[in-house]
Amino acid sequence: MKPPPFEYEAPRTADEAVALLTQHGDRAKVLAGGQSLVPLLNFRLARPEVLVDVNRAAELAYIRPVDTGLAIGALTRQHTVERSAAIRGQLPIVAEACRLIGHLPIRHRGTIGGSLAHADPASELPAVMVALEAELTAVRRGGRRTLPAEQFFTGIFTTALAPDELLTEIRVPGLPSRTGSAFVEIARRAGDFAIVGIAALVTLDDAGRVGRARLALCGVGPTPIRARQAERVLEGERPEGRALDEATDKIVAATDPPGDIHASAAFRKKLARHVGRQAIGLAARRAGGGS
Amino acid sequence: MKRSVSVIGLTVNGERHEVAVEPRRLLVDCLRDDLGLTGTHIGCEHGVCGTCTVLVDGESVRSCLMLAVQADGAAITTVEALASDGALHPLQQAFREAQGLQCGFCTPGMLLLAWELLRDHPAPSEGEIRETISANLCRCTGYQGIVEAIQLAAERHAVAPTTR
Repeated sequence: MKPPPFEYEAPRTADEAVALLTQHGDRAKVLAGGQSLVPLLNFRLARPEVLVDVNRAAELAYIRPVDTGLAIGALTRQHTVERSAAIRGQLPIVAEACRLIGHLPIRHRGTIGGSLAHADPASELPAVMVALEAELTAVRRGGRRTLPAEQFFTGIFTTALAPDELLTEIRVPGLPSRTGSAFVEIARRAGDFAIVGIAALVTLDDAGRVGRARLALCGVGPTPIRARQAERVLEGERPEGRALDEATDKIVAATDPPGDIHASAAFRKKLARHVGRQAIGLAARRAGGGS
Repeated sequence: MKRSVSVIGLTVNGERHEVAVEPRRLLVDCLRDDLGLTGTHIGCEHGVCGTCTVLVDGESVRSCLMLAVQADGAAITTVEALASDGALHPLQQAFREAQGLQCGFCTPGMLLLAWELLRDHPAPSEGEIRETISANLCRCTGYQGIVEAIQLAAERHAVAPTTR
């Protein structure tokens, strides 16, 4: 179908966008890359009265170093992130996950901030940002706040953003040395949303034991799920054998998957174990200098 | 109130157009219905089939997932840009010879994906070709022919590479 009628605003700056959101409140919806919102408009599942199209606010598209790591502007296209030398060098898991989002024409338009604010439970970037302990900046008129990614996602397609707030920046802390990362997912076809996916970060000590592990899953609950008990099991151990078995048990225990036409809840749990084992192993190999 | 019609400027295949559109006008409908460029097909209207693929400022996008007002000021390439003076573009010729089309519905989108691929990667591997065209659906399931057509086009250097 075609979108229902709406009022259209195309602010040139983040401030203008925020002013419009303040003015229109929950009558308005932010249009970023449009790769999820426009289908919802075409299906008439979304009927916002006002669309605030932020695509002309070029100041929101950037990748720049900050003292703690990298800052990514919310409007940065997924394809730009995937190609960025800074991202590939410092946060390769972000590039690895971006490549799994849809297809090239989708990633040419789709933005980092849009994917996070849409908060599809099966999407890759929310889980990646939870694992990376990224901080998300939301701006409203007269103020801004910074939220840890884990607190940003509050439910299915639901975030902590208020109707008058705009997600402007994602700050990702740099990784400690000897840290390897991996994003592994199972999807029915290349480019589909994940049935189950996992972001794994493994930091090894000099003896090859896990100093720190961070694990976050998508597709197995209403929000990204951080598997903290699994992380604790790995820490102080070599990421193999019994420790790895126990960690994957804990990963499965952390999940609360839905059953739907794509996969039953039981099958999703089985897949969580599989991708968990694979991602931890891959991240550990990369931490040790492998690929 | 911005619901009213606004005039936008588009450069399509090198030709400048001014067109009055409602904000909710999809780019694909603007191209087809307002400009009469029906080479761009419309299928699913929700970003899955990819037959509406066009290039906006040189990058492939799904024109059913973009509003025409968002393309104001942009340069758009559609399948009509390929043939000239009634002669098929070498890429189209390769599709014809390798049977890269059956019913033809997906062909405009496939051609533009292939054009973009060969522009950016003049000698793609078979895997890269398959990954590229996995963006779009061919319900005749004629993918093999499409892959071979793109390989043939690559061998013949059918698309001039550009560094971007």
